[in-house]
Amino acid sequence: MNATGRKAKAGSGMSERPFTHQLLADMLRIRRMEEKCAELYGAQKIRGFLHLYIGEEACATGAMHALDADDNVVATYREHGHALLRGVPMDAIMAEMFGKAAGCSRGRGGSMHLFDVARRFYGGNAIVGGGLPLAVGLALADRMLGIRRLTACFFGEGAVAEGAFHEGMNLAALWRLPVLFLCENNLYAMGTALDRSESQTELCVKAASYKVPTLKVDGMDVLAVHEGTRRAAQQVRGEGGPFFVEFRTFRFRAHSMFDPELYRGKAEVEEWKKRGPIHSFSAQLKAAGELTEDGFLELDAEAEAEVAAAVAFAEAAPWEPVEDLLRDVTTPGAMR
Amino acid sequence: MRISYREAMRQALHEALANDPRVFLMGEDVGRYGGTYAVSKGFYDEFGPERIRDTPLSELGFVGAGIGAALGGMRPIVEVMTVNFSLLALDQIVNSAALLRHMSGGQVSVPLVIRMATGAGRQLAAQHSHSLENWYAHIPGIRVLAPATIADARGMLGPALADPDPVVIFEHAQLYNMEDDLRDEPNEDWACDIEHAAIRRPGSQLSLITYGGSLPKALDAAAELARDGIDVEVVDLRVLRPLDTATIAESVSRTHRAVIVDEGWRSGSLAAEVMARIVERCFYDLDAPPLRVCSEEVPIPYAKHMEDAALPQAAKIVAAVREVLNV
Repeated sequence: MNATGRKAKAGSGMSERPFTHQLLADMLRIRRMEEKCAELYGAQKIRGFLHLYIGEEACATGAMHALDADDNVVATYREHGHALLRGVPMDAIMAEMFGKAAGCSRGRGGSMHLFDVARRFYGGNAIVGGGLPLAVGLALADRMLGIRRLTACFFGEGAVAEGAFHEGMNLAALWRLPVLFLCENNLYAMGTALDRSESQTELCVKAASYKVPTLKVDGMDVLAVHEGTRRAAQQVRGEGGPFFVEFRTFRFRAHSMFDPELYRGKAEVEEWKKRGPIHSFSAQLKAAGELTEDGFLELDAEAEAEVAAAVAFAEAAPWEPVEDLLRDVTTPGAMR
Repeated sequence: MRISYREAMRQALHEALANDPRVFLMGEDVGRYGGTYAVSKGFYDEFGPERIRDTPLSELGFVGAGIGAALGGMRPIVEVMTVNFSLLALDQIVNSAALLRHMSGGQVSVPLVIRMATGAGRQLAAQHSHSLENWYAHIPGIRVLAPATIADARGMLGPALADPDPVVIFEHAQLYNMEDDLRDEPNEDWACDIEHAAIRRPGSQLSLITYGGSLPKALDAAAELARDGIDVEVVDLRVLRPLDTATIAESVSRTHRAVIVDEGWRSGSLAAEVMARIVERCFYDLDAPPLRVCSEEVPIPYAKHMEDAALPQAAKIVAAVREVLNV
């Protein structure tokens, strides 16, 4: 697949544009959406936990563009960007953040539990590592039903300390299941640095111990993420077994809105910000003569307009009536 | 036709596997070994390793994989060898299976059946003798079944698989060798109701309410009391979630007295929930305070006489009934 020859996805509401511009546009969409979420959190429109992805946008953007629309996706509680690029309308995401019935999980899930099963997006999972066994099972079902697709499972490096990581990795490898494990290593599990929690900090070594092939990718470089994920996905589709990709990345914001960030220095954050995925990629495109400042501003304005429309939609959407409280605990129509 | 509980369960599994290609059985030693309780003996050769899937000792992993496979269109039956080991899978059962439908705003169902052996009575000591059915019965989003008769062992699995939501089936380990007559004229598929409690022995003076491995003990107690002219009704809960409050209340309103028998520890037990519902619904019908016969508040000991003393027994049930009846 020639990456630069690809056009914008149908339904994104944008005109056809070079693939590189689409990657940039999508990173901007995630960034602007989340900046607005932080602002709305301050205004108490969004409550509960809110885990921002700011700084890590290259991972979801590069990876999602390397998947097929028919693939399954399992994500974590830091999944706003993954949901958006999976095609969940920003309106539905924002309404979910507000807790409105028009949200993609009808307001029952919130920030950490964005779902869109029609797009095979199996959710934000807020138990660290909890998505890995689910991904294994989705891939097992596909295998048994003779469906050729892969299941992409996103998780942070904190998950590698959980038993679910090791059990899921072993099962996927043992049963040769088409699971693409995508580890977003942002170096801190909440406030605990990787080298303070793991005796082996080379995550690929852990995956390799289960005979899972691995690849380590610069998670701040959207093209590298795309190419790495594309190659890994190709191998999963071809050989059928799992693959583990580690993206080295960094979150610029606190773990959640409650986190005072006492565990890391400002200098470290500032150092990583210099490699921010949006400005480094746009600078790269400008230097190559593929993007003008006006072109950048146009993409940014489109993202801002999409965010403004989503906020207006969420504000105007009605609340679910309290009489419906007991809905969706069990499946209606079932004998009970 | 006289068959064992084990054979009834085996027939039910066989039927499910033969009738629906989406059904598969997964768990520790379900395949080549034939099942820890020999329930799936011969299945590995008949249905093959894909559908009779041996797993590593990874309860969290393979229960989670069962949930994922259910999301993906299969109808998995996951066998967790015993309730004791299910604690290692509790996160996936509670945080995924039970919650996914609600957290997604009703977008998914999780048509998963989890089977596990439960209970004490075989000198397996503290770590292999738990009765934690009430932990599962506490969770909205899952159905909890406790087949205690041959007919239920034969008939509950089909409807459990047809349920679009997760179902946990507790098979008391003491019941596997129990034999009884399976009715001669079965309905087409043996399927039984998985919504209601059942009156196993009608009676007029007191409602003895129980489930699972305690049912035979309760029936023994009722038979002994009958020899002394005391007429006790035995109610088998069968479905531990959602509880069939109507059948319980109807029985107690009629008999005006209740004793609840539960192998779980008394504090926070399922018996406590049943008693609370009786008090809420039948307070003015009661002629005496209800009593509970539960396990003593001690880890289950190894020594036979100590284990026996820790568990509900027919003699304890008889004593409790006499106390409530003041006879």
